[in-house]
Amino acid sequence: MSLLDDFFTRALVAAFGVALVAAPLGCFLIWRRMAFFGDATAHGALFGVALAIALNFPIWLGALGVALGMALIVLALSARQHSSDTVLSVLTHSALALALLMLAVLPRARLNLEGLLFGDILAVTHADLGVIWCGGLLIAGLLGLHWQGLLTVTLNPDLAKASGLAPRRYDLVLMIALSLVIAIGIEIIGALLISALLIIPAASARSFAKTPEAMAGFAAGFGVLASMAGLGLSLALDTPAGPSIVAVSAALFALAQLARLRLS
Amino acid sequence: MTRPSLLKTTGLCLSQGRRDVIDNVDLELSLGEIVTIVGPNGSGKTTLLKGLIGAIDPSSGEIQRAPNLKIGYVPQKLALDATFPLTVRRFLNLPKPRTGRDIARVLAQTGASGLEKRAVQDLSGGQFQRVLLARALMDDPNLLMLDEPTTGLDQAGCAQFYKEIAALRDTTGCAVLMVSHDLHVVMAASDRVICLNGHVCCQGTPAHVAADPAYRALFGKEADGAFALYRHEHDHTHHHDHEPVGQVNAQR
Repeated sequence: MSLLDDFFTRALVAAFGVALVAAPLGCFLIWRRMAFFGDATAHGALFGVALAIALNFPIWLGALGVALGMALIVLALSARQHSSDTVLSVLTHSALALALLMLAVLPRARLNLEGLLFGDILAVTHADLGVIWCGGLLIAGLLGLHWQGLLTVTLNPDLAKASGLAPRRYDLVLMIALSLVIAIGIEIIGALLISALLIIPAASARSFAKTPEAMAGFAAGFGVLASMAGLGLSLALDTPAGPSIVAVSAALFALAQLARLRLS
Repeated sequence: MTRPSLLKTTGLCLSQGRRDVIDNVDLELSLGEIVTIVGPNGSGKTTLLKGLIGAIDPSSGEIQRAPNLKIGYVPQKLALDATFPLTVRRFLNLPKPRTGRDIARVLAQTGASGLEKRAVQDLSGGQFQRVLLARALMDDPNLLMLDEPTTGLDQAGCAQFYKEIAALRDTTGCAVLMVSHDLHVVMAASDRVICLNGHVCCQGTPAHVAADPAYRALFGKEADGAFALYRHEHDHTHHHDHEPVGQVNAQR
């Protein structure tokens, strides 16, 4: 494990772990027009982080619990014909405000608000790597096992039902996967930027793909590329790591759009 | 000749949200018949179809399904997001992986051969309709359910489509349940017509329904036109090229 003793290598391994699963999951968020959902859930998850700090349990666990809780509430309410955009907005801002309130009354020494909002990937420990890769494998397994069904439900829920699939079950799978991504990503990339890792690589991949699998693969590739180049940039220019990764990701997106213009 | 019953509803009620859409509907479908549901907008046609495929649970009443019932469902529309890359081949592989031979077979059956590599978003309305139909035929269903299958097709395209549906019924022996707003073509292409407006207003052979006051009250002038056309076709178009499809069926 001597290789992982280097903080930069650890940061790379952590970023790969998150990017490889966030990008394919991000494809589903895009296909289902749920980009805002990812964003809102991540912001709300800060409440879980505040709870975890206050009650002294792992941050990823707090983020996971609150993200999942929010996702399930939105799922349940949207089934009863509430507009999920509105519900989401109410939930996410309530959770965010609660989180900021709690963080304000907690002893100063115990937190670093900037780290929570933007992540601190260069401070990743061996234990963090364990959590990230275990969570990542879990997400990959979830998506892989339900892949065909997830695609069918995304296509059209009625068509899925006519084929004997239960759309709710696949919605739940997506919610769990999303919560897991937020849980493993919130400490390294931060609550504000984690959804960029979900959405931007997937959006960049669209113009190069003819099938959903190809889009997920390209998205993962873009995510890994952005992680490497972003961390390199951060090291060279001494810029914050999380924002550097997202900035490179955005630049790759712009390049992908240019490439598409030339292709067509 | 009595044909085996595939599906039967008794006092079926369905609601969407808090709204009761379908009220006390009794209907029965048998192997080999083409049944068309007509009704104004908001009359619950799509809801009824969704109830029959099991996508909506009945709020009361019951649906009896034959043990060997196999439904092929063609939804009204597939709002496929432009960001979802999907070829026809990949689409036909959902949710179950299929062999290339199976895919070629169903595409040939619906006159859509050779479209495998095309992006679903690039298809014309008519091509997409055929691909949707091909997907529904994948498991050799004995009941085909089509929700407004001719939306976006012109009159000639509609006529052609119904002709092919009738031919499919003749070769496979399956039953067909369609929802349509296109009274003119429906009247000629169906064995039985169900006129729906939340409840069943009237049903029977096209001739019977067309003459029914309830149907005429529901569709007004349009009904008169369709009825006239239907009578006209019935009387003397047997040898014309533009003979409407399924006329022979309509006469049974």
